[in-house]
Amino acid sequence: MAFVNLQNVTYKYPLTKAPVLQNVNLQVDEGEFVSIVGPNGAGKSTLCYALAGFVPHFFKGEISGSIEVDGKESSKSTLDEWVLNVGLAFQNPFNQISGAKYTVFEEIAFGLENIGVPREEMKSRVEDAMALTGIRDLADRSPYSLSGGQQQRVALTSILVMRPKLLVLDEPTSQMDPIGTREVFGTIRKMAEEGMTVVLVEHKMEWIAKFADRVIALKDGSVLLEGKPNEVLTSDLLVENGFGISRYTSTAREAKKQGIWKKESLPVTLDEAAEGFTK
Amino acid sequence: MNIEIKDLRFTYPTGLEAVSGISLTLEAGEQVAIVGQNGAGKTTLVRHFNGLLQPTSGSVKIGDWDTKKTSVAKLASRVGYVFQNPDEQLFSRDVLTEVTFGPRNLGYSKEKTDGLVERALALTELSDKTETNPYDLSPTWRKMVALASIIAMDTPIVIFDEPTTGQDAVNVARIANVIAELQKEGKTVITITHDIDFCAENFERVVALSKGQVLLDGPAREILGQEEILAQTYVEPPQLTRLGKRLRLKETVRNQEEFLNAIARRA
Repeated sequence: MAFVNLQNVTYKYPLTKAPVLQNVNLQVDEGEFVSIVGPNGAGKSTLCYALAGFVPHFFKGEISGSIEVDGKESSKSTLDEWVLNVGLAFQNPFNQISGAKYTVFEEIAFGLENIGVPREEMKSRVEDAMALTGIRDLADRSPYSLSGGQQQRVALTSILVMRPKLLVLDEPTSQMDPIGTREVFGTIRKMAEEGMTVVLVEHKMEWIAKFADRVIALKDGSVLLEGKPNEVLTSDLLVENGFGISRYTSTAREAKKQGIWKKESLPVTLDEAAEGFTK
Repeated sequence: MNIEIKDLRFTYPTGLEAVSGISLTLEAGEQVAIVGQNGAGKTTLVRHFNGLLQPTSGSVKIGDWDTKKTSVAKLASRVGYVFQNPDEQLFSRDVLTEVTFGPRNLGYSKEKTDGLVERALALTELSDKTETNPYDLSPTWRKMVALASIIAMDTPIVIFDEPTTGQDAVNVARIANVIAELQKEGKTVITITHDIDFCAENFERVVALSKGQVLLDGPAREILGQEEILAQTYVEPPQLTRLGKRLRLKETVRNQEEFLNAIARRA
């Protein structure tokens, strides 16, 4: 039995005409790191909300099919039960920061306070989480005084500190510098290796190819393609459907037409591209 | 119209010095990308150009206007600024009202305003969404509304703060097209970005900031190949530039065309 199990999930927000998710089937094993890719409007964020219980518990709307995480069904749980197992870092960190706290340290402790974690344990968990994401030097700053990328790290940390079984991340590095992005991907990979299940929405294909176990390509609310990162991310279907692809892939595809790229498979990462282009 | 920045320093009320002595001249009609790690001072720097922030010391001049002596309202006729987060910028009931607000506020005639709005909507592919409330649009399209509402002001200088964040390939191409059009019209375009591939493909000059100072400044081709110096500010060269280096190509390549030409020459 998969740790995350979505069966025929179809969902429509209260005020939209067409469903945003259509017959989505998705299984994720415990400790697996799955990445979701897709053009804007494919339903990626809505899928994140569905995994995190916000759809339908918070947003309402019409849903059919079933969503199970760790053997529990979303429709039979309340949101405050659900958040103990599943953590979601929002696409826009500004929407996630509570607005109720004056410092980054307190912001990160906010979730633990709400579930009644003892004070000493709370302090050490916040310290550990800040060390993990490299933001200890921000502890005393106001969350609103931070740059976009720093806010994203705080938003991620405030979820990691809850130690969710399922970690759902909606473009967690979109405002980060490239080396910051690499560090965050490394942290997420480490969490997966320690047994956390990860679902990550991301546009940065090279990083997905390096770190994710499996990729799901979403288009118009349905799963278009799924499989190993390199198979999915180099598929012609992605280009035909308006997905962004790595420059290594697009350049090798062009080079293949010109007879310069000799290998059958296309690259996603620098190492793969360098190997294929080496004489 | 040049932007002249002299010995600029800025300290936030919290005591954090975000800009620590920057001198730069950005010339009329230049396309400049500003890159650098989170917290390097990129947004703080550009917020001086339209007077949202005032120098703690040093000066910023937009043409002959010193930003210390010019109101934000007046500066808005020379400098348009598209925010990183469109939700901090949009406030009108529908797209048409939103995009019309800027040019009307600048006191342009109705005829001129209508023409500018129409062009801005066409460039951003929003012409069929004029009656929609911006908050009923997806974040992608809200970003385009934010772009359109600034472009419609027809300022000689346009600033984009992280225009490609969270945008898919189709929309990134759309934004690149907007920047190319502004370039054709002779406007100065200044863009803050972490998307170094986008930077390589669309900008001729790159300024890399680190810890509130200029680390590198020059033509994109020279700057983007300097892997070790860029790493100091957490920036990596573009994908194809890195690949070119790995393959020991003689020249620094920035895009697919340059890369494939260099490969063909090698063969």
